[in-house]
Amino acid sequence: MSDRPATDAGPPGRRRTARRLHWPAVLPFFVFLALCFGLPAGALVYGAFTATDPATGHSHATLDNVRQSLKGIYATGLGGSVQLSLICALLATLCGTLIAQAVVASRRPALRRAVVAACGVLANFSGAPLAFAFVATLGTTGTLTRLLSLGDTGFSLYTTAGLVLAYLYFMIPLMVVTVLPALDGLRTQWREAAASCGATRGQFWRHIGLPVLLPSLLGGAVLLFGTAFASHATAAVMVGSSVPLITVQISNALAGNVLAGQENLALAMSLNMVVIALLVMAVQIPLQRRSARWLG
Amino acid sequence: MAGMTTAAQPPVAPPSDRAPEPRPAPPARGRRPYGRLAVLLLAFLYFALPVAASLWFTVDDPVKGFSLDVYTGHLVSGDMLGSLLLSVELGLATVALGLLLVVPAMVVVHLRLPRLRPLVEILCMTPLVVPPIALVAGVNTVLSWAPDLARTPFYQTLMVIQDENFPLVLVLLYTVMSLPFLYRSLDAGLRAVDLKTLVEASRSLGAGRLTTLGRVVVPNLRPAVVSGAVLSLAMVLGEYTVASVLGYRPFAVWMVEVGNEEAELAGAAAMLSLFLTWGLLLLLTFLAGGRTRRTRRQRTTS
Repeated sequence: MSDRPATDAGPPGRRRTARRLHWPAVLPFFVFLALCFGLPAGALVYGAFTATDPATGHSHATLDNVRQSLKGIYATGLGGSVQLSLICALLATLCGTLIAQAVVASRRPALRRAVVAACGVLANFSGAPLAFAFVATLGTTGTLTRLLSLGDTGFSLYTTAGLVLAYLYFMIPLMVVTVLPALDGLRTQWREAAASCGATRGQFWRHIGLPVLLPSLLGGAVLLFGTAFASHATAAVMVGSSVPLITVQISNALAGNVLAGQENLALAMSLNMVVIALLVMAVQIPLQRRSARWLG
Repeated sequence: MAGMTTAAQPPVAPPSDRAPEPRPAPPARGRRPYGRLAVLLLAFLYFALPVAASLWFTVDDPVKGFSLDVYTGHLVSGDMLGSLLLSVELGLATVALGLLLVVPAMVVVHLRLPRLRPLVEILCMTPLVVPPIALVAGVNTVLSWAPDLARTPFYQTLMVIQDENFPLVLVLLYTVMSLPFLYRSLDAGLRAVDLKTLVEASRSLGAGRLTTLGRVVVPNLRPAVVSGAVLSLAMVLGEYTVASVLGYRPFAVWMVEVGNEEAELAGAAAMLSLFLTWGLLLLLTFLAGGRTRRTRRQRTTS
């Protein structure tokens, strides 16, 4: 691809010099990606489809890893991750849109700036620190647990519900930031036009607002699903293995916590994750195009 | 397909620069905004409670009552400073490597090799498809090949990048993981300025390629460069998965190790990390602010 002529229409000689001076800028980038991303990705796919005989040290192609990674506890883990991500994505889309709409409707620039700044920080507040903040708040000896004696009501943070509560903490801000531009794109004129044709607020949202927003909302939801699906640290620190999740199972298998020599199983599970993430991307890209048509 | 995507994008399209239209004064409606207020209040409660409760958790001793022991006593220890320093070093190295790789490539592709643009975009976005845990699973496999390569120079390389004091392998992986952030902000920055004219002007005034890059291109892309860099830095400072699987001990891993024994200390570290992110992003708005103010003034005078 790189040996195609550049588009500037100079004399052939000039074009050749120009091309010669392009590769020092572009080549390191491609070499780096090939070594640091392509090589591990290749190893991932290769390892997922091979098994090494511990006695002889010979490896052979097999589908066993993939088959095993879709059975039993690993299927439960994959299902658990998908389910958790779906719940979180739906709730975060709903709450994020409501908050963003409240901010847009209030028309106070100061409020908007504050919300955007807060969302920037909170969307980055994930992983281990988030897990500890929630443990300190709602864990067994957490502040709120003691204050409201939540322990007596049977509430536990170390369940799927607790994870949803924690994930929403960074996913809602992410959705607010994602959906704000789309809500800005809903022109005031459309609302006025609808109102002067006698439409109520409900009718405006049902027939104009939501259909225009739908691609952006779905795109945001898909992005959130991917984020929740890939996140590992929060769950690993907060609930460990008590909620079956594929990311935690992969890290356990990599650490050899379950059974020694399960690295290839971990690779097969990782491949399952990549396949699901690819499906998610395949849904998101056309959605983005559609929303760009109305709101771009 | 590559050609199609390029054709679909108009050459001058600054969507990121689109300022919200000035809105007319809110029409006098009979309704009071109770729903809106309730939503904002609930959101505020949900987001403020864990922070407030965690802060209280760290200063409230079940026996002694209020005490700042966690902050004065254990939090600032040699152990913690060492891991925090490692995180900061890794973050700065990641940002430097990422910018060195991506800025020249994106500028040249933007100016001279538009055919490569879709390829670069796809390559920069694929790390989003591979979750960190899957990426590190693949890297683990590559590193496990080391014994088979014992007699080749590759072995030395693999050993060098796994150096305990400064694990270069983490820098390399974090750079891969930060590519989407860098690409997004730089792409928005490149679309917002007319780089072609600027570069041609600089070249025709006799500046060399490196001078042009350093004194014309990068200053014009400063907000984009800064925002990409800060987002990557924030990502590296909080990263746990990759470092813990590969067995290194930056800040987040230290926090988890400590948290298994002392919950208060982990809570304090979590708050520290939240305020660190907050400070970083404040710094970002401060650094990027100078630029936006200048452009706004230019717009009003023109």
